Amino acid sequence: MTQFLNLTIPKIHEKLLKREFSAIELTKSYLERIKKKNKDIFAFITISEDLALLQAKKADELIAKSKKVPILAGIPMGIKDNILIKDVKCTAGSKILENYIAPYDAAVIEKLKSHGAVFLGKTNLDEFAMGGSCERSAFGPTKNPYDLSRVPGGSSGGSAAAVSSDMCVCALGSDTGGSIRQPASFCGVIGMKPTYGTVSRYGLIAFASSLDQIGPITKTSEDAKIVLEAIAGKDNKDSTSIVINKKLQVKNYNLQNLRIGVPKEYFEGGIDTEVERIIKKAIGRFEELGAKVKEISLPHTKYALPVYYIISPSEASANLARFDGVRYGMSKVKSQKSKVKSLLDAYLQIRGEGFGEEVRRRIMLGTYALSAGYYDAYYLRAQKVRTLIKQDFDKAFQKVDVILTPTSPTPAFKIGEKITDPLTMYLADIFTIAVNLAGVPSLSLPVGRAGDLPVGIQIIGKPLDDYEILDIAQAFEQKYENS
Amino acid sequence: MITKENVKHITKLARIGLTSKEIGKMQKELSAIFDYIGQLKEVDVSEVQPTTHSIILENVMREDKGQASKNAKRLIDAVPEREKEFVKVKSILS
Repeated sequence: MTQFLNLTIPKIHEKLLKREFSAIELTKSYLERIKKKNKDIFAFITISEDLALLQAKKADELIAKSKKVPILAGIPMGIKDNILIKDVKCTAGSKILENYIAPYDAAVIEKLKSHGAVFLGKTNLDEFAMGGSCERSAFGPTKNPYDLSRVPGGSSGGSAAAVSSDMCVCALGSDTGGSIRQPASFCGVIGMKPTYGTVSRYGLIAFASSLDQIGPITKTSEDAKIVLEAIAGKDNKDSTSIVINKKLQVKNYNLQNLRIGVPKEYFEGGIDTEVERIIKKAIGRFEELGAKVKEISLPHTKYALPVYYIISPSEASANLARFDGVRYGMSKVKSQKSKVKSLLDAYLQIRGEGFGEEVRRRIMLGTYALSAGYYDAYYLRAQKVRTLIKQDFDKAFQKVDVILTPTSPTPAFKIGEKITDPLTMYLADIFTIAVNLAGVPSLSLPVGRAGDLPVGIQIIGKPLDDYEILDIAQAFEQKYENS
Repeated sequence: MITKENVKHITKLARIGLTSKEIGKMQKELSAIFDYIGQLKEVDVSEVQPTTHSIILENVMREDKGQASKNAKRLIDAVPEREKEFVKVKSILS
């Protein structure tokens, strides 16, 4: 079965068209691999075998009769379990949605279906995408394929681990404060968060609506470009969606004279020395390829994390109000604390028991920040500091084309290492959060290993420069593929 | 400083039932997080406008027109407790 190992999208497309194998054969080999590996890694919560085989059959029919076959036809994908696929269970990693069957397709799923993609299953995540390690899933943690005693990162840890261990060709994740990029860095794959609005959020279970964005997790930058092209676009069902300039794929992007900014604030303390060495080496390689590197300053960097922990829980507290056990999801609690007499009792018990510890904490945090008398001191102030953070990026992008930083201050940490202290866990996202607040596109590209553990560099672009940063990553990849 | 009374009040607003042990833990954790967030006080924001969305958006308008849903049956089927087409809830006034 080695012919099905570590294939990229264009390679599979070519082989499917040449009839070297069928989409059914390919899908079956991936389903078998999932069955073997998922016990140890637990990247998938749900395996949608019947749907995958049906979609693969359709892809084969399309290939048999059609001259124009979409490049994603027959490509086996993993989908983060907070994105709805019609008639497939969608848990968001929460007990409160343990048995919830999605009644409709997310906009991205509708698009991927029209391209003929195959959905192998739903990938694990921190409950409602709140976490940086996948340890907050109600169904158990995902393990890092490079070291099973370590976390894969989060919250899209299931997607990153599945791509990394080749349980799927590529996957979708969602990113609110780093949830695509940080696990991509920990698992040695590409993860991209598009410009806010590039991809419709319709059918993504909402966490923080002004920050959430769906994006690809892949083995190569070219694959990420292909998936992004398929899922991007204006959608009437998401009024914040926009159209981005679609630059057709540039082969051999020239890094000559690319202006790179390296913000000094991202190297001041708290960064693992091996990570720092690897990132600086990678920046040096960009210079070797002709880029002009200069130090820049993003002076409000240190406020990104506190701003995020006001804005995202505030939005979450409103978004998660819908989980009340009345219209869908968990409706009865297991341990009857007291007799449920009124609707209020039912709400208190279902939400008290159905939500995990971290989700409860964030809802409480957000509710407090928005409660009477505190709004100006917390939420409004955080929104104003958010403006300053965004202006830092605006100013920097007048002088440089892209910004390079480490994706995470450390490689993958041990399972259990950060779980007991919420603030320690929050700090794991310190390098990715400002990007969501500013809405700019950003990706994590693997550039080396600290011991056995992968390390990613973050490439941050100007708003709407989504394809440009992928081109830049691709140019780097082609030059240093085997290092 | 967040007190246990604050936490109890917020559990009611957030509709999250906690045991008294959980309230004690939550009080400590929220206090630590708000201490950390407190550093935002040092930023001068007197001349700054708030940002709600990173991309400048105009109001998006559409005609207020009803549409038939293809998902009505699926939505009703997802309701845990119901009678015919009606969603059943516990008594609201007690």
